[in-house]
Amino acid sequence: MADTRTIKVEALARVEGEGSLSVKIRDGQVKELRFGIFEPPRFFEAFLKGRDFREVPDITARICGICPIAYMMGAAQAMEDILGLRVTRPIRDLRRLVYCGEWIESHALHVYMLHAPDFLGLADALELAAVDRSLVEKALRLKKIGNDILEVVGGGRAIHPVNLRVGGFYKLPSRKALRALEDDLEWAVETSVATVALVGGFEFPDIQQDYNFMALRHPDEYAIHEGRLVTSQGLDIPVSAFLDHVEEEHVPWSNALHGYAKNGSAHHVGPLARYNLNYDKLSDTARAAAAAAGLGPVVRNPFQSIVVRAVELVQACEDALALVRGYEEPDVAFIETAIRAGEGHGCTEAPRGICYHRYRIDKGGAVLDARIVPPTAQNQKVMELDLAKVVQANLEEADETIKWRAEQAIRNYDPCISCATHFLKLEMERG
Amino acid sequence: MPERKKPKLAVFKFSSCDGCQLTLLDCEDELLALVGEVRISYFLEATRKVEKGPYDVSLVEGSITTPHDIKAIREVRRMSKTLVSIGACATAGGIQALRNFGSVKEFIRKVYAHPEYIDTLTTSTAVSDHVSVDFELRGCPINKYQLLEVLNATLNGRRPNIPRHSQCMECKANGVVCRMVAAGEPCLGPVTQAGCGTLCPGVNRACYGCFGPMETPNTASLAAALAAQGRSRDEIQRLFRSFNANSDAFRKEGDSHG
Repeated sequence: MADTRTIKVEALARVEGEGSLSVKIRDGQVKELRFGIFEPPRFFEAFLKGRDFREVPDITARICGICPIAYMMGAAQAMEDILGLRVTRPIRDLRRLVYCGEWIESHALHVYMLHAPDFLGLADALELAAVDRSLVEKALRLKKIGNDILEVVGGGRAIHPVNLRVGGFYKLPSRKALRALEDDLEWAVETSVATVALVGGFEFPDIQQDYNFMALRHPDEYAIHEGRLVTSQGLDIPVSAFLDHVEEEHVPWSNALHGYAKNGSAHHVGPLARYNLNYDKLSDTARAAAAAAGLGPVVRNPFQSIVVRAVELVQACEDALALVRGYEEPDVAFIETAIRAGEGHGCTEAPRGICYHRYRIDKGGAVLDARIVPPTAQNQKVMELDLAKVVQANLEEADETIKWRAEQAIRNYDPCISCATHFLKLEMERG
Repeated sequence: MPERKKPKLAVFKFSSCDGCQLTLLDCEDELLALVGEVRISYFLEATRKVEKGPYDVSLVEGSITTPHDIKAIREVRRMSKTLVSIGACATAGGIQALRNFGSVKEFIRKVYAHPEYIDTLTTSTAVSDHVSVDFELRGCPINKYQLLEVLNATLNGRRPNIPRHSQCMECKANGVVCRMVAAGEPCLGPVTQAGCGTLCPGVNRACYGCFGPMETPNTASLAAALAAQGRSRDEIQRLFRSFNANSDAFRKEGDSHG
């Protein structure tokens, strides 16, 4: 009889959603590993059917309270694609600005409050505050600046903002209101650079993975809300071809469909993917901060995602500052056109990676069909591959250490299981 | 001197987007002061430290959508001295309650390749449909100042000061131009509880009802006014069937426009 050892994590904390983890080990080898998601299904794609196309961004926002902009903008873009509507340059810039706000808010939350405690051996940011209160105060101020952008541009609230619509915005923010963010954003750029230095000094387990990265790429900027889809295997396609290359699979242990490339390989989306594919588009400040933290153009250690997220904080704060400084109130807040039937696509870089939308609407504007592929769904397979490697590398360690390392390996992805988690169970069988 | 025993705060999640519990972390200016007054005993989005109940105050986000949820919410109630449900999911079933009006089997087929893997109830319902609730804080999402007021009041043993009047009153008080009268838009403001901070009318759009029905709403009268604007029965139904579709008042009004 093989000797069996079972380890359980009753709850995975500091992620958004509900999941489980089971590991089977035979003869010192990880035989089977499943990262399960038990977040109950909410059926967005089903109940969107029959809704008016103009209602969709507000409804899809409710998929995720942490990254509503990703869902609102992807939906709005897809509808604009159907209608043949191109937003004006100032509207496009305002969209990038509000998206920078979401990146800053989400990345600051993850880097300091959800991820950093792992590297410091602490349970949470509150324990961190007990050790270094001013650091947590800085983190909260940084996060708040992201939320301030969301409030000013998004119409008064950061979670499920009300000012975004198909064609643009309901109301333009005033120049004065945006300019009022300038001083804070200058501080935020400096603080982000310091953040890169701080988290760059953490100790990282030495794990290198050969990922197939996928991200948006734009010729003129570090892509956030538009571009073509590229991969490290050389794929370069328009957003509309996403489903020609990505498949979704329904596995018994997860209520989130597993996304993977049709050529059979798991792909990786999120900060690491963006960094590796768009390193040349980072600002000088962001690249210099990365270099000072020892990061070159290629980063394949999932644990260093925290440093890359901090580098992206620099980028987002700098971009936001430039957009705020350059803002002049345009003539129109949104553009409209006649309704027509058709199919359209939208894709943006949510803080956790590409978030894809496809809709079909009829000639009256009612939704016939909806398909949404969130980033965490696409990362499930690579998360499992990472977990296998992390568990394998730590087999000699005590149960508690393996448990924590496994949790960290998941938190590297900033998973959003709501887009997911209240209970993550780690069940481990050793034989 | 021994340290005063801090009340234990727990935050639980059911089916939801996480936005309402995030609201607590979005209280950036107040968070450190708040955690000075309470002991965070269970809040998985923020900490891996888990303390056993009973808890003095439990905030519950999300709606009840699985057989497991029903068991879990009873356990939460059993462990909680005061239970506050937060947000449209927990107080009305949320947007996912739209399943209550369709065939869930068909919904599952539309989204999942293997319906046999999915274990779900045919309805999404409010926490108060399953256990007694001490206070319901409305909103999709909740307003952070209202959340702080509810926590403050609960910790100090008084009733939260949360208005039950309509959004219309707020627009009038703030001198915001009426979307319904001036712009001819379909607005839920006359029947929706105030509390968001007059956000939508503030950006030139009609209220879409995030905060659910006000106290004693006259939805029939609003529906008649919407019909007089030339709105179709389908459009009127969709207006009532969104984030608070399964609240009593909105459900009944929506059902009567099928």
